[in-house]
Amino acid sequence: MALSTDESGRLADLLTSRTEAITQRWTEVVAGQLRGRLSQAELVRQVQELHRALVDALGKGAVDLAAEEAAELRAVLAELSRRQARQGFSATETATGVFALKDALLGVMEADQTAGTLRDYVAFSALVDQMSLFTFESYVRTRESLIADQAEQLLELSTPVVKLWEGVVAVPLVGTLDSARAQVVMERLLQTLVDTSSPYAIIDITGVPAVDTQVAQHILKTVVAARLMGADCIISGIRPQIAQTIVALGIEFGDIATKASLADALRHVLRHGGVETSRRQPRREL
Amino acid sequence: MTSGIDLSRPQQQTVGSDEDVVRVRQLVRTVAVAAKLSLVDQTKVVTAASELARNTLVYGGGGTVEVTPVDNGRRPGIRIVFADSGPGIADLELALTDGYTTGGGLGLGLSGARRLVDEFDIQTAPGQGTRITIIKWSR
Amino acid sequence: MERVPILKIGDILLVSIQVDMSDQTAVALQEDLAERIVATGCHGVIIDITALDIVDSFVGRMLSTIASISRVLDAETVVVGMRPAVAITLVELGLSLNGIRTALNVERGMELIAAGRGHDEDDWFDDGPDTEPTASP
Repeated sequence: MALSTDESGRLADLLTSRTEAITQRWTEVVAGQLRGRLSQAELVRQVQELHRALVDALGKGAVDLAAEEAAELRAVLAELSRRQARQGFSATETATGVFALKDALLGVMEADQTAGTLRDYVAFSALVDQMSLFTFESYVRTRESLIADQAEQLLELSTPVVKLWEGVVAVPLVGTLDSARAQVVMERLLQTLVDTSSPYAIIDITGVPAVDTQVAQHILKTVVAARLMGADCIISGIRPQIAQTIVALGIEFGDIATKASLADALRHVLRHGGVETSRRQPRREL
Repeated sequence: MTSGIDLSRPQQQTVGSDEDVVRVRQLVRTVAVAAKLSLVDQTKVVTAASELARNTLVYGGGGTVEVTPVDNGRRPGIRIVFADSGPGIADLELALTDGYTTGGGLGLGLSGARRLVDEFDIQTAPGQGTRITIIKWSR
Repeated sequence: MERVPILKIGDILLVSIQVDMSDQTAVALQEDLAERIVATGCHGVIIDITALDIVDSFVGRMLSTIASISRVLDAETVVVGMRPAVAITLVELGLSLNGIRTALNVERGMELIAAGRGHDEDDWFDDGPDTEPTASP
């Protein structure tokens, strides 16, 4: 894969001596692909930056992209793909920004062919391929981290713990519960019990479409953990199909209180706990 | 506690007494914090380390614990190796069963510790000592 | 070896564990408590573990033993202030702390004991510590 020292020298010469022609052709190809999604000025700057970094790396004697001398070139490529991934460019568009260099090289090398030109071109191409692959990988990494960030934000959004009454907190679960989310819910619910000094928690699963063994296990563990801390959990909103699943799966809810609706659960807690409530008499004035 | 420790290198702690078990807990906590484990994961790995260090002391007659920060390329973690040259474990399957104990404990040490970590490896034979490796990854 | 101090407040012995206990310290606490219960004639023991960042099977067993011993000596034990991370870990570890009563904090623990050394959880929310302790049903 690596270039020979001679080849890398010749490529550096070519890039410097024909800077104008190469960058111009390079810019044209990329512009054709992006169709105006990047301003001309930005595009020129991007191409020049890559060109400069490549010449620089070759000048230092880099023979392939993994070489130590090419560290700066790699940084420039990574930065380019990170930027484009965040701006919503496709992977093809991002990689083309590098691939276009082949076109540009072909353009100038065709013009003055000698015996070794083909061999050189193939060698240079290999280096460009390496650069493109590297770009593509950086692109994918950036997208992956974007997705992870979004998943986390979604998790934050979807697990509110609300205070229902003095001493009673509730967590209305909506959507599919996977292991990671169940864990977040569990931790947050328990922390809220401590923070609000609430001895009662209601887990409402009206909005959960399905319960499998794992989800049931997570709910059960939460209940047991809450008990260890000195609080009681009630599960509400168990729909008929879910009740059937629970029985079919043979999951033991044991002595855990379950109620049909959130309202029932709250009533149960208030009656059970004798929480300071006065339905008939008005509350004491402040 | 943290000062003067190079947390990128393996840390060793001999286990020869009760107080050493406490030191193992503190060392594991420090490295787990540096590896950016969540609070719950820190608690789990420190608890597992406490169980296993006690086993090293009680059943293995003492030994060493090595705590190393690790990275699998996607996320950091912590690896802990408990080694002793005690009598070893004859029936591993039995020893890993909940509630089984020869030392008068609750019988949750080995089996419980295994549930608290992501990777659990045990190498032992009668008379050969015991070497347990656990890994907890950050989420 | 460190020793965990035991405070007497009215009819209650309060133990606030503030150190990372060695097993020896834990065993010593167990013995000290039994002696203090007898010496003071207290009817309630509150063990505050707010400061503990882990509870392993050894400490879990100590808590269970203390609860059993104090029951024999006619005192009710309440463990208070367990952190969420500790509770989650205990569940995963498989330790259920059977026979131990728990409360979120010292205040609620005192309410629990004051509400009578009965086992009726309905009394949790009576007006608070100033209610007369009722005889066991």
